[in-house]
Amino acid sequence: MLRGKGLQSMLMLVMVMTLVLVAACGNGKENNANGTNTGAAGGTNATNEEPAANLSGEIKADGSSTVFPLTEAAAEEFGNENKDVRVSVGTSGTGGGFKQFCAGEIAISNASRTIKDEEAAKCKEAGIEYTELSVAYDGLSVVVHKDNDFIDHLTVEELNKIFSSESTAKTWADIRAGWPAEEIKMFSPGADSGTYDYFNEAILDKKGIRNDSSISFSEDDNTLVQGVAGNKFGIGYFGFAYYEENTDKLKVVPVDGGSGAVEPTLDSIKDGSYAPLSRPLFIYVSNKELERPEVNAFVKYYIENIGDMAKEVGYVPMPDEKYTEEAAKIQG
Amino acid sequence: MSLLEEDTGRKQIAQRRRIDFILHILFVVSTAIGVVALMALIIDIVLDGFMRFAPDLFTNYPSRRASQAGMKSAIVGSLYMLLIMAPLSFILGVGAAIFLEEYAKKNRLTRLIQLNISTLAGVPSIVYGILGLTLFVRGLALERSLLSGALTMTLLVLPIIIVAAQEAIRAVPKARRDASFALGATKWQTVSRSVMPSALPGVMTGVILALSRAIGETAPLVMIGGLTYVAFLPESIMDSFTVMPIQIYNWISRPNEAFHELAAAGIIVLLIMLLLMNFAAILLRNKYQKNV
Repeated sequence: MLRGKGLQSMLMLVMVMTLVLVAACGNGKENNANGTNTGAAGGTNATNEEPAANLSGEIKADGSSTVFPLTEAAAEEFGNENKDVRVSVGTSGTGGGFKQFCAGEIAISNASRTIKDEEAAKCKEAGIEYTELSVAYDGLSVVVHKDNDFIDHLTVEELNKIFSSESTAKTWADIRAGWPAEEIKMFSPGADSGTYDYFNEAILDKKGIRNDSSISFSEDDNTLVQGVAGNKFGIGYFGFAYYEENTDKLKVVPVDGGSGAVEPTLDSIKDGSYAPLSRPLFIYVSNKELERPEVNAFVKYYIENIGDMAKEVGYVPMPDEKYTEEAAKIQG
Repeated sequence: MSLLEEDTGRKQIAQRRRIDFILHILFVVSTAIGVVALMALIIDIVLDGFMRFAPDLFTNYPSRRASQAGMKSAIVGSLYMLLIMAPLSFILGVGAAIFLEEYAKKNRLTRLIQLNISTLAGVPSIVYGILGLTLFVRGLALERSLLSGALTMTLLVLPIIIVAAQEAIRAVPKARRDASFALGATKWQTVSRSVMPSALPGVMTGVILALSRAIGETAPLVMIGGLTYVAFLPESIMDSFTVMPIQIYNWISRPNEAFHELAAAGIIVLLIMLLLMNFAAILLRNKYQKNV
């Protein structure tokens, strides 16, 4: 009998918990609705340059994990000043971000490349107009093992010869006469990443990267760092931040894009002389969402302040006049 | 018995002993590899993360500065998810197990259902992520919310719970049921007062182990929109959320070494949580076993 009661009270407990949850669900919907209402009601502040103290609501951002640290930094600082605005940032990749963006699920899409034609078509179909804003630069850094003493620089053609899907080069001697006949070990970000997309466009003429036993792919840039650091004849490429944190393990290769070999540094990336591997990073903001005062304030804050924060998270700020230019694109 | 035969007999015995000895060593080594790997993992993680295992980790929101970053929203997110999942998966899982074991007729249909459940228990978790995205996020328009996440995870652990609960129920001797029926009890009375009390320890262990698996899952939650930077606690089950494994993964993938230490500290928190849950499973089992 006692045991039966124990079970019954347990079942009761479980049922009560479910009821509470169902009730919470109902409340949740109301809360959400209220949240957006107050957001819309605060519309009078839309034209203010300074973020008003009474802003509230939710701002959803998602997309590239490369751009994530920038948006996170902006969200963190903006959140300190506007406690009632809840900014959340996801990392489902540039492509995944655009998918949600063009379905109207998020306000801001982080992108490490510009929007593709088919993605733009999807957005248009759904009636979503957007503003493209560049927020900082990244320099794709080509790195080799720190003890590598034969490479002083690489030209774009040589990079193409190493990584291209049409390449038959096996050893370093195939790349430039006089280099050792040791097998090249390559490390590259996976084909889903924006970093690969950019490299493919800038170096490989969109012909795709080779896919054989001499190359390893990883979505985790730290794995690439370890790969190159552990292979005397290895070569890899990834974002500048990952080189900057591992200067003791890696040697960066100056790249010659036709006008002399240039090493990626804060300055050479910023002034564009590190070409063609300097790339801008973007956020895409839905114009409809920009009408919400909290989104408007956040995006303005983002563009005005990201220059100071970019360095901290391993990216290169754009020149000041470029930020002024981008700020002018924000409507409302 | 000739001398020759005796000799071969001895040889055979020596041979069998040798095989026995080799296999003995082999089994010890197989066990040791598992234990050593686990110890190596724990020592490595603790060494890396010990310094970062500070109150900040529990009270701070994520930050771009490793020195200020914490996983408050992730810890709370994981706990909330557990709170929603636990009752749902318990009711559905145990209910299904009771039906299949006690009520359902043993025919081709039940065998088919049984086969399906066992198969589902082995389906990769990302598949549940896709299912959750289609069914809950888009289909039922629950959006990328805590509720969608919890429902997806419920689906993920359900087959495991059903199988575990069925095993536990099946282990109850038939005599107990017969005794109960003989006293004139109905099916539900028999199930609730005779079968379940003695099956409960096994059921609870299964449920808790399944839930432990769920709090370590990342893939399906990334799929249905578990976020990476969330600087607020969910106020309702329709809010956006993040969970510990997502936060840890993000920290590991950053270039800065300090974040890798944070990730290690995060893993310690996750490990402690798992250990506590397993401990709870053992406690529950012991408590109920004494009563029966």
